[in-house]
Amino acid sequence: MLAPALFGQGTAPSLTLIAREGRRAIPLTLVADQEFVALDDLAAQFQLAVQESLGAVTVSYKGKTIVLTPDQTLASVAGRLISLPAAPSRSGRRWLVPVEFVGRALAPIYDSRIELRKPSHIVIVGDLRVPRISTRYDAIGAGGRLTIDASPRATSTVSQDGDHIFVKFDADALDTPATLFAAPASPTLVQGVRLVDPLTLGVDLSSRFGGFKATSQPVDDTMRLVLDLAGGQTDTTPTPSNPPSNPQSAILTPTSPPPELPPAFGQSAPAIRTVAIDPGHGGDDAGVRGSNGVKEKDLALSVARRLKALLEARLGIRVLLTREDDRNISIDERAALANNNKADLFVSIHANASMRNTTAGATVYHAAFSADAAQAAGGARPERLPTFGGGLRDVEMVPWDLAQTRHLAQSGAFSDLLIAQLGDRIPLALRPTGEAPLRVLESANMPAVLVELGYLSNATQEKQMAGETFQNVFVQAFYDTVVRYRDSLHAGEAPGDRASRDFK
Amino acid sequence: MSRQAVAAGLVGATAIALGSLLFAGLPRWYGPRAKPTGPAVARTAAPSAAPTTVAPGRRIKAHLFYVAEDGLHLTSVEHDVAYGDGPLEQAREILNAQVAPVTEPTVSAVPPGTTLRALFLTDRGVAFVDLSREVAAAHTGGTDSELLTVYTIVNALTMNLPAITTVQVLVDGKEVETLAGHVDLRRPLARNLDVVQ
Repeated sequence: MLAPALFGQGTAPSLTLIAREGRRAIPLTLVADQEFVALDDLAAQFQLAVQESLGAVTVSYKGKTIVLTPDQTLASVAGRLISLPAAPSRSGRRWLVPVEFVGRALAPIYDSRIELRKPSHIVIVGDLRVPRISTRYDAIGAGGRLTIDASPRATSTVSQDGDHIFVKFDADALDTPATLFAAPASPTLVQGVRLVDPLTLGVDLSSRFGGFKATSQPVDDTMRLVLDLAGGQTDTTPTPSNPPSNPQSAILTPTSPPPELPPAFGQSAPAIRTVAIDPGHGGDDAGVRGSNGVKEKDLALSVARRLKALLEARLGIRVLLTREDDRNISIDERAALANNNKADLFVSIHANASMRNTTAGATVYHAAFSADAAQAAGGARPERLPTFGGGLRDVEMVPWDLAQTRHLAQSGAFSDLLIAQLGDRIPLALRPTGEAPLRVLESANMPAVLVELGYLSNATQEKQMAGETFQNVFVQAFYDTVVRYRDSLHAGEAPGDRASRDFK
Repeated sequence: MSRQAVAAGLVGATAIALGSLLFAGLPRWYGPRAKPTGPAVARTAAPSAAPTTVAPGRRIKAHLFYVAEDGLHLTSVEHDVAYGDGPLEQAREILNAQVAPVTEPTVSAVPPGTTLRALFLTDRGVAFVDLSREVAAAHTGGTDSELLTVYTIVNALTMNLPAITTVQVLVDGKEVETLAGHVDLRRPLARNLDVVQ
């Protein structure tokens, strides 16, 4: 490959292509602070055909074309216009295109997923897991806390070897910043963090290091690994005795940090920290279609977004949506998002349909299981498993499909509270609560309900539900329900305490 | 030729014997073990317990399920259904009658165009009902209407044939997760009387 210097222009770091087959470097050229890549280098890597005719440069890939015009920042990608931060420019016999070309022009027409991460100068080709890694260190008393974030989430294995802690990520590659760890001015327990192999970070510790605890928790799209490090003598804090440890056990049994340190996420354990909201259907699955064109998937997403905004703003809790836009996701993924984020409440938002177009009103469902299934889940015996740091712990195993069996009483209680709040605000169905073998609720490992806002098969209701007023009234009632539910948990009411069923 | 005829006769006789055993015997063996999940109500008469003699053109009474006036429930309607020789054949006749097109003012919870592709019975009283793709593709969606569709099929079999305790709905020959995204069809379902008016 030609060295960028040949062009008499500035040099920039090369672009690293990460694919299933391995890594390749593509030289970058810096022109007026803009990074360019040579089109023929891209052509060689991505099997593109480049043709120049009538003053335009045509790049084709499997029948799809990108048309570039010299001195134009707009390009046509399979018939759609996109903009680039700079126009393509000629350098000798080669065409240079801004590096953004990879993400904006090539990615949309390419068979495999292409992701350009400009700040780290990498291009990910295919469905590879390449988490961005960032670290932060806080000195706390004689000890300290090293926080290692991996985004998108990647789990890791933590092991110790003398004065080193190794964190090995379960990923295809790591996206690490040039400086992994900025050493503080004063000497600290952590002397450095470096990449010891493509998937492993090594943490170099000072001789004062006395032991550590590792906890790992998902935070939005990030998996946060917190290493609480103790200074002083080795017998003051629990020390993992048998490195390397099992990553799963580190995640399954998050231990609390040493008492002298503040809690890892600075919360005083309110009963509801995370709510998962599942807008039903999406993408090619529109759900129910009203006679005036309202689609269940759109209504559900609109209500879910309002709910998220209100709950986050007023309660300061984390609210996750199983889908943020119009896309279809599997039913299992919906429950998995709630389970993996340890949500305290799961609510699936839907709109109903009836074969009779006069049926109206909201219904709140919770899951029902056959007697056999409930028995199977109830009979699950705890299994004794080794834990992080040695020792054994009883872990209760419940089949994924039956996770909801242990939360049915709470789900029913929440359902009753919600109906009581909705009762005088929006129309309720003649039979406003129901129990049914609903697929999305069965795997939710927390109290879970499915709300049918009303009937889209009823033209009056369709119009009503599509309106802002209805949606805001529902969202307010839901908020009031969450507050009452949280208060009932704080008050230590028995999980099965059912709110009054006296509603109209 | 004559040997083949004898063999065919033997096979036929065995089939008839097995058929009558299944037909007359199974309802008695399995009937009492049926575990209703909904509130207990009086069982409907079991046509399968009728005498086993075959009479062409004979019909029996069966309860079929249609959408109630309120649109939220099913209502059971007594219909004349062709007599079927044995639980499998009788189940087939009942299902064919249940999925058949209806005329106003009757409303069916089974989407129009749905047909019965195949039907299997296990010796544990599980019926596998394979419906054509319209049952999912032509479905209006919505939890309620999906529940009504599923329990129309489940109840039509479990309420009329005591030999059948649970029903799993298949679509186009395959197991499915749901018809329209709500009701879990990965396991056989028992009758549900909550949805019946």
